[in-house]
Amino acid sequence: MTTESGYTLYHPKWYRHPVSVWWWLSSWGYMKFVLRELTSVPVAIFSLLTLWQVRSLANGSEAYARFETWMSSPLAVVLNVLIFVAVLFHTQTWFLAAPKAMEVRLSGKRVPDILIIVSNYIGWGVVSAVVAWFWLGR
Amino acid sequence: MLKKMTPLLWFLFSAGGTVAALLFPLHVLVTGLLIPLGWIDVPGYDSMVSLVSHPLARAYLFVLISLPLFHGAHRFRYTLYDGLKLKHLHVPIVLICYGSALTGTAAAAFFLWNFS
Repeated sequence: MTTESGYTLYHPKWYRHPVSVWWWLSSWGYMKFVLRELTSVPVAIFSLLTLWQVRSLANGSEAYARFETWMSSPLAVVLNVLIFVAVLFHTQTWFLAAPKAMEVRLSGKRVPDILIIVSNYIGWGVVSAVVAWFWLGR
Repeated sequence: MLKKMTPLLWFLFSAGGTVAALLFPLHVLVTGLLIPLGWIDVPGYDSMVSLVSHPLARAYLFVLISLPLFHGAHRFRYTLYDGLKLKHLHVPIVLICYGSALTGTAAAAFFLWNFS
């Protein structure tokens, strides 16, 4: 028995119905799942953009001007619109999954899912407001 | 080795996902759209430098860059496994995904540590 592929540690001889690589195109639910998982790419791209911004800041005003010029190019604006949509989708699905990832109990009773989701949204608003104030509000 | 790391990788995934969910919408909106489109008064180079010079701001930026990179790496790894059925390529996938996240983290640490 080989465990090299990592799929079939047990019962390697069972017949498995072959599934197409495009399995997720067959229903909107699957497609939404794959789109949700693919928000990882825009999230990572924005991390790298922020890294580039920090590097430009460290390298002086000319480097920072180059960063700002690139960010206002049409290509970058389109990219950032896509990133923004993807990040909002990530936030929404992340908060939706929060009650499933962590069960909260208060005096032995399970806190209803909707309360956890709503408190996530409130936290999001508060955190965004605080950061915006430090960053832009002075 | 990877098996031993699995709990840590899932922790980084969820910590990074939470950081991205809470903070990225505002950052993308401001850095990616409002400033480039000129819709708000830009914090210019000097005020950005004085802001980032603060140690807490640098720690914040480190978290903002690094954790979502690990979140993205972990999630993308499993998307390649399940979405594109590439699990048999798990060695290069693991190396490229977490390798990129580690490189980005090291670069962020370098630039933020030496920031003056």
